[in-house]
Amino acid sequence: MGNKQTIFTDEQLDAYQVMFLCFYCRLHSRYHELAPHLVPMDYTNDPDCKLPLALIVNMPELKENPFRNRIVESFSEDGMGNLSFNEFVDMFSVLSEMAPRELKAIYAFKIYDFNVDNYLCKEDLEKTLNKLTKEELTPEEVELVCEKTIEEADLDGDNKLSFADFENMISRAPDFLSTFHIRI
Amino acid sequence: VQSSNRNSKCFFHFGLCVDGVTQRRTNRRKAPGRTGAEGKRQGKKTANMDVDEDEEGEQDETPNKRRGANVRKPTKKHGGGDEDEYDSEDKAPRRTRRAAVSKKKRGRPQDSDEEDSEVEKGKKGKKGAVKKGGKEEEGSMGKKGNAKGKDKGKDKDNDKKKKKKDESSSDSRSDSDEEEESMSEGEMARLMEEVEEKKKLIANIRNKPWRMKRRLTHLKEAQQFVDKFEGALGKGKGRKWYAYKVMMTKKWIKFQRDFENFKTACIPWERKIKEVESHFGSSVASYFIFLRWMYGMNLVLFGFTFGLVVIPEVLMGLPYGSIPRKTVPRAEQATAQDYSVLMDFNGYCKYSVLFYGYYNDQRTIGFLQFRLPLSYLMVGIGTFGYSLMVVIRTMAKNADVGGGDGEDGEFTFAWKMFTSWDYLIGNAETADNKYASITTSFKESIVDEQENQKDENIHLRRFLRVLANFLITCSLGGSGYLIYFVVKRSQEFATRNDLSWYEKNELEIIMSLLGLVCPPLFETIAELEDYHPRIALKWQLGRIFALFLGNLYTFLFALFDEVNTKLEEEQAIKNASQLAMNEYYSNYSRLVNETGATPPPMDPADVIRGPCWETAVGIEFVKLTVSDIQVTYLTILIGDFARAVIVRFLNYCWCWDLEAGFPSYAEFDISGNVLGLVFNQGMIWMGAFYAPGLVGINVLRLLSSMYYQCWAVMATNVPHERVFKASKSNNFYMGLLLLILFLSLLPVVYTIMTLPPSFDCGPFSGKPKMFDVIMETIEMDLPAFMGTLFSYAANPGLIIPAVLLMVLAIYYLNSVSKAYQHSNIELKKKMQMAREEEKNRRNNTDSTNQVMKDLEDLLPNRSLIPPTPPSERECKQGGVEAKPTKSKPRSAGKGINLQKDVALASPNPNARGPVNRPPGPRGPGGTADPGRGHRRGPPLS
Repeated sequence: MGNKQTIFTDEQLDAYQVMFLCFYCRLHSRYHELAPHLVPMDYTNDPDCKLPLALIVNMPELKENPFRNRIVESFSEDGMGNLSFNEFVDMFSVLSEMAPRELKAIYAFKIYDFNVDNYLCKEDLEKTLNKLTKEELTPEEVELVCEKTIEEADLDGDNKLSFADFENMISRAPDFLSTFHIRI
Repeated sequence: VQSSNRNSKCFFHFGLCVDGVTQRRTNRRKAPGRTGAEGKRQGKKTANMDVDEDEEGEQDETPNKRRGANVRKPTKKHGGGDEDEYDSEDKAPRRTRRAAVSKKKRGRPQDSDEEDSEVEKGKKGKKGAVKKGGKEEEGSMGKKGNAKGKDKGKDKDNDKKKKKKDESSSDSRSDSDEEEESMSEGEMARLMEEVEEKKKLIANIRNKPWRMKRRLTHLKEAQQFVDKFEGALGKGKGRKWYAYKVMMTKKWIKFQRDFENFKTACIPWERKIKEVESHFGSSVASYFIFLRWMYGMNLVLFGFTFGLVVIPEVLMGLPYGSIPRKTVPRAEQATAQDYSVLMDFNGYCKYSVLFYGYYNDQRTIGFLQFRLPLSYLMVGIGTFGYSLMVVIRTMAKNADVGGGDGEDGEFTFAWKMFTSWDYLIGNAETADNKYASITTSFKESIVDEQENQKDENIHLRRFLRVLANFLITCSLGGSGYLIYFVVKRSQEFATRNDLSWYEKNELEIIMSLLGLVCPPLFETIAELEDYHPRIALKWQLGRIFALFLGNLYTFLFALFDEVNTKLEEEQAIKNASQLAMNEYYSNYSRLVNETGATPPPMDPADVIRGPCWETAVGIEFVKLTVSDIQVTYLTILIGDFARAVIVRFLNYCWCWDLEAGFPSYAEFDISGNVLGLVFNQGMIWMGAFYAPGLVGINVLRLLSSMYYQCWAVMATNVPHERVFKASKSNNFYMGLLLLILFLSLLPVVYTIMTLPPSFDCGPFSGKPKMFDVIMETIEMDLPAFMGTLFSYAANPGLIIPAVLLMVLAIYYLNSVSKAYQHSNIELKKKMQMAREEEKNRRNNTDSTNQVMKDLEDLLPNRSLIPPTPPSERECKQGGVEAKPTKSKPRSAGKGINLQKDVALASPNPNARGPVNRPPGPRGPGGTADPGRGHRRGPPLS
């Protein structure tokens, strides 16, 4: 944070502190860095400032992630990817290694749910797959993979994955916790 | 400044409330609670201000509306679901208590309200201390709720206030009683319990799936509670201690992570191999993993050989030139340093520690009394023992891994899709590798899947496979006969001198031609079979292995020929030199007339010596290894690199597309490389006994080949057309290696046990057999009883039962493992069935099982009672539908949770129904939910 000191009221600081200790300070400095002219250092007034998606997506932690836009969007309250500081903290606490599996699963589901219909349908899976492989698979292969995925994980036979299906599948994945995780 | 002032004021005020007015607030729990979450949306300051107003209002009111207290209970009960939203688990016990009270109340008629409130007051009095804590948090909740309420409109606000006042008034009376009571032991304990719960909440708040704002609110409440009561309980230092603990946990986790990274970094070439794997698939990577494993094993062998044989000899043995076997003979000295001679491992190379012949037969050397001959034999045998052990152990371990988590997981694609991207990746290059590896792994799985889905003409396929095997057997037999024929011819040629160049090199030419032609031929034939590439690779490996066995056979055949001629020659020289020596001694004694003659004063270089067949064999193996290295490296340089360069750069000026068309880039030849490695290792095992330096050469080879091939693969090769997944355990490679190990064990053990060692070179010279060195040690160095012990142990009467016992043990273990395998398969089947069943049950349609659907019409009750099919069907469907919900309460719960969370995070929170509704649903028309309104209505109106 340099020589500038972020000013919070005692109450605010206290609350954040227990939760994140120094983690929080680092996060704020990162948040501030993204747009020094927008983000105030003074939090006494509960300023209402939000950073647009384009700025957040350029963080080195997210820059290489194929799902970066989706991550930011699913953590923003307006769904457009504008994050307030609270949401920003939210994002990194869910992606931290301390967060429990269920919490991560919820947000993972939201991230992969491209069209925000609370189901992972074929369209979502195709998008996910194309992002993962940089569209190097042929359409037939994509089709096959999507079908197989739904077939494997769909328990209620509605040809799309509900959260229950997703949770059931992801709770058995051996490396979900280790991969769905960002250090900051 | 102003705002901070205000904040502090509010805070101060809050403190006051805690001291004095809290009691009243207790009862505002429910109404604000329902709106608590929404209230948070309002600014903090306004919330606080509202609280101020609220409280003033409350104080003004006369606390006499008794009935309110009674109303509160039932509503509380009804609102339980809503409460969940803001209530943390730690409040649960209290709530249930209250719920119990209210339940009791509901059972009674309304006119007994007065009584009830009295009863309740009594109860409250008991719980006074506990409630104090609750009040506070509710207070903070309340201020927000109020804020919201105020926002929504005056009338509603009034409503709420009234209600609150009702509640507070009823309590304020009881509270006045409580004030006088002092805290008893039980209360103290309960308080502490609650403090603990709050603390737990603070600790776990990060793990709650809440939005940040909500978490903050909860945290604040909990913290204030803890702050207040912890002091009272004399536990003020808890927070600091907790912070310290959290910090230490974090440090510990970080340390563990660093340690893990360090461990990964310690695995040699891990990153290189991962990179290859990400672009070329696990099959190519399996070769490199095998190469790395081989390097590790050879490093150990190298350690043994150099540590126990070569280095002691260099440090403590006689120096070069001291005795004949350590000196280059006079005739060779002129050319001993020529490059070509040295490259043939003659000259100075031949008379160095690298080869068997250099070692002296002194029983002990140096001041340490190091028994070099014994050590030499032990290392020779130990090499085999260690290799066998390592190979078998690795095989067993791999088999274990293979059985642990089956290849055919139920969520192959789903897991790949949702968990393969590592969110930690922040480096562009790593990300590119990851993309490549994900694509590759998808392709691998797709190949597997396509193979599963392939419906084929089974008869045609079988016919083609039989045909292919027939063709390959024919070509293998043909090449075997060719080899046999050529070897025989070369034996004929050996006796003649008038040979052309071709006749001299016929064997080598034929062998390399076979090696060049056969593998591609096999590959072409194998395409008929249309196996999965992984299985095709195994077949290919097996077939080429069989072909190479012919290679090995000719080599060993030639070698034994050579050894036999050398042995004859040696016998002659031995006789001659003994004759000469005898002559010399007799002459000496005759001339000088003295017995006890000194040996003839000859320079060691001039002494006549035998051919030393062991060194010759060693040289043969070293030469073979070195030429193998050269050939491999040159092949890569020309076949891969030059080809890639030509294709890449001539493509600009060529008539057709070189990259896509005929020459294209080379693919990595897995089978050839693996077999090359395996056979090379066979050479090392066979040759290491006669040339201890060979192990060192091999280590260098593997090391350089690792870097060289990694580079070559990445720079010049393209991935296979069908990237396929290597079988998890590369036990097939290990099996080949084990076979080669046995094959190479045989000749070495044969020579050690039967052939007489050379009389004038090597550590065993002068003994009739090499293993006599052990007998000698037992006799001379060990106590006498050990000798008798060994003689007993060597008794056939003991050995035969031991062998029998071992056979029995093997049989037993084998059958046990088979039984386990069987049960394993059974369990897998059961799991599969359970999964299918679950899937079917979850389906809303009656059955996914087509057979059952077809048979449904045949069910007896249906066909027997024709008039009632619709109702029956309904019943049936109802049953089917009801069943899943009953059997999966968990999943249903999950669904509800999800809805809640999704709603929490929905883009526009104002769109939520309950938010817009007035917090107090007492108004005549303001109830969207009739049930709730109805239940609440009567007591109030």
